[in-house]
Amino acid sequence: MVCANGSSFEDYKQKLQNAIYQYLLKHPDIREPVKQEKEPLDFVQKAQTNWERRIFKSLNNMCNDLGIALSRKRPVSEQKELEAKWTELGTEDMDLSRFRPVYSPRDFLEVLMSVRNPNLSQVSIGVDHCLQPSKLSCMFPVLESYQAPLAREYSKQGCPQNLRAEMWALILGVETTDASRLQFEHLKASVFLHDLIVDKLIFKDINLTASNDDQYFVFEDLLYQILLVFSRDTAVLDHFEYSSANPPKAHLRGGRNNEDTLVIYPPNGVIPFHGFSMFVCPLCYIYEDPVTLYMVFRELYTLYFYLLHTVSSHPQGILSLCLLFETLLHELDPHLTYHMASKEIQPLKVVIKWLMRAFSGYLSADQILLLWDRILAYNSLEILAGVGARMDKIISF
Amino acid sequence: MAETVKYCCDLDISVVSANFEKRGWSPVGSDEDWNVYWASVLTIRNIFNPENGYKLRERQIINHFPTYQELTRKDYIVKNINRYREELDKQGSPLAEKDNMGKYIHLDFIPLTFALPNDYNAFAEVFKKNPTSTWIMKPCGKSQGIGIFLINKLSQLKKWSGPLQNSAQNPITATYVVSRYIDNPLLIGGKKFDLRLYILVLSFKPLKVYLYKLGFCRFCQLKYTCNMSDLANMFVHLTNVSIQRQGDEYNSVHGGKWTIQNLRLYLEGTQGKEVADKLFSDIKSLIIHSLKATAPVMIRDKHCFECYGYDIIISDDLKPWLIEVNASPSLLTTTDNDRVLKHELVDDIFKVMCPGNTVPNVETDRTPDENNIGNFELIADELESIDSEQCSKNSVHGGKWTIQNLRLYLEGTQGKEVADKLFSDIKSLIIHSLKATAPVMIRDKHCFECYGYDIIITDD
Ligand SMILES: Nc1ncnc2c1ncn2[C@@H]1O[C@H](COP(=O)(O)OP(=O)(O)O)[C@@H](O)[C@H]1O
Ligand SMILES: [Mg+2]
Repeated sequence: MVCANGSSFEDYKQKLQNAIYQYLLKHPDIREPVKQEKEPLDFVQKAQTNWERRIFKSLNNMCNDLGIALSRKRPVSEQKELEAKWTELGTEDMDLSRFRPVYSPRDFLEVLMSVRNPNLSQVSIGVDHCLQPSKLSCMFPVLESYQAPLAREYSKQGCPQNLRAEMWALILGVETTDASRLQFEHLKASVFLHDLIVDKLIFKDINLTASNDDQYFVFEDLLYQILLVFSRDTAVLDHFEYSSANPPKAHLRGGRNNEDTLVIYPPNGVIPFHGFSMFVCPLCYIYEDPVTLYMVFRELYTLYFYLLHTVSSHPQGILSLCLLFETLLHELDPHLTYHMASKEIQPLKVVIKWLMRAFSGYLSADQILLLWDRILAYNSLEILAGVGARMDKIISF
Repeated sequence: MAETVKYCCDLDISVVSANFEKRGWSPVGSDEDWNVYWASVLTIRNIFNPENGYKLRERQIINHFPTYQELTRKDYIVKNINRYREELDKQGSPLAEKDNMGKYIHLDFIPLTFALPNDYNAFAEVFKKNPTSTWIMKPCGKSQGIGIFLINKLSQLKKWSGPLQNSAQNPITATYVVSRYIDNPLLIGGKKFDLRLYILVLSFKPLKVYLYKLGFCRFCQLKYTCNMSDLANMFVHLTNVSIQRQGDEYNSVHGGKWTIQNLRLYLEGTQGKEVADKLFSDIKSLIIHSLKATAPVMIRDKHCFECYGYDIIISDDLKPWLIEVNASPSLLTTTDNDRVLKHELVDDIFKVMCPGNTVPNVETDRTPDENNIGNFELIADELESIDSEQCSKNSVHGGKWTIQNLRLYLEGTQGKEVADKLFSDIKSLIIHSLKATAPVMIRDKHCFECYGYDIIITDD
């Protein structure tokens, strides 16, 4: 490597180390000689496949009922119009009354409940009830050293709001370069080119959630941009390498029943559920630039959030989290568990929507950010189950 | 048992009467022996009209100052602030420091404003020097965005002010102010917003004022543009809830309101802590200056307290601008959050005014316990003695400037860290000087002593 001067060589070295560190986080099994099955447990794999079929079917049904294609090329005039309106999509006049979210946390819970004998280990973590950011002074050296593992360690205390943007970017290895800006522009262009039914679902979801939320409504227009671009991003597909889920596939026009004409739909392989936009909302409090915001969101999704709506035996997967939640709840509050059981109330029915959205929309924005600090710091979603188990505290919100 | 507070309320504001009932106070008529009166401004005028010979007793407090309009009428406040600046300037106060463009550095917190028709000529002159600027016309005595419009040509004003010229046959009562339009507001999500903050003034002289921590931002529902073609679209330019409610995009769940806490979180996250801290400390000093500017013309009356609603716009360089002050900020509630906030506001006002839920007495100073004032925060509490000393020298300052003002000035000009450091250095200087003499001091438990320290600060 040829460098202009010595100090930038150190920089490169650190960057390289960070990159390796981040790669290892995503591919924990890289050192295993034999590549593991995507999903080691048969019955879980089956449930996942059934679930995928079901949501895709209901998407198709919606298309048929409404007489709309999954995808259509926009006429040039419409492309231009959309481009002009890009930063104020909230004013787009669109009749969404006939669109429904493809699935809600409740639907998903049904599936989770039907998965039997998951045979999972129980993990116990200490829950930090009082989320408080740590002192500023110890954070600056971390940012200066530019070491991802160090940043992660310090985030365990919770990041101060003014350094969070940098800390998260460092932990996640996100750097906004000219290349990433170009990529963002390409994705935007593909939004203009085609009209996908998923676009309507995104609009509908934002209308149903963020637009009415007194913490997030001001970011409405930014959310449209991020989620539309996300739906076109095939880089998101990479996470299917280590996820037990499979991307939905649709036939190209005219190519029925022919394997060759199968394409992944939507291009990023993610069909949003009711409340999906809430994954993006809290980030609007730390990133103003849509490109950086987008990159951080994509990283968070492909590292963590996908697990919250995928049926898998992953120790961080939603199944494990539900189980962990029930165990913790029982330990922390046997009375409440008993009380609920006697009234045939299922705590999970209340908690599932919190877990699936990583609590976004159910706690104040500053609390969400502190909670997500811990997800990044511990590289684990388990804290969600822990916070869920303190539901008696949260319910009073 | 403690005596029950008797209240009178001649406005039908449910938030207020509900709070009095919750406190177990008993309602009485306005001609009876009330302790707390939540009165309309009309009642205030009557009560304080010298012709009526009404005298308030020591156990009575009322929710307006008789001369509140000095602060809240759009033309009076401008007049008062102009005079305040000139006086500070005359005194050679460092607060009146100007930059090389001739602009006040610390006192430039209100958009340039002229009263019409009186100042028409002065306005026309300034306008001609800045032919591309936009101005906002506002009737002095109205509120809720009524009668407001934007202009960018003098001719628009001539047309409107046509009848003014013929005032002999056609006397006009409506006077307007015209202000420089802040055309570079800070936008969030592409939209313009203003802040609504509440303050509670217990006294103007000496100044004692609390700031309410739970203000909110009021957002416009349409994207902001300063295109000429949109100048007439009030859903883009005016943040009044009463205006925004009429728009198609109005959302009744959040009502376009965003909490100040969320604004702060957002600014800290995207712009850094220093920027956010500076903005909020600038806002505090803006409030204090506006009150000091009106203090000389305010009638002092111990029976009065007042909750004002401040409208503030932040420009994109993160500078706060005072737009107007309201004496009877709306206590109507539009959303669930609004209801909670306004109930708490009224409750907290009476935590301050009637600590311990007891009958008020204006003759005894009963400063409420700092921990029991809800969401209020004391932002100015001048000492009577210093103040009267300043007055007795016939408004000549005698070359004395309060430490509070020094601190305000240093925080404003050098930043909070610098000011904090200076004052902590001073403390440690005092402590060291005492420790240094301690070994040779005779110990005697019966003695105490008050020392005066003279300290000079060098330019570093
Ligand atoms: N100088 C100005 N620059 C930008 N916007 C302004 C200015 N003056 C007023 N506005 C906008 O108009 C609204 C109404 O003005 P205001 O002076 O508060 O009158 P009102 O008493 O009718 O509420 C403000 O809330 C603000 O949104
Ligand atoms: Mg106003």
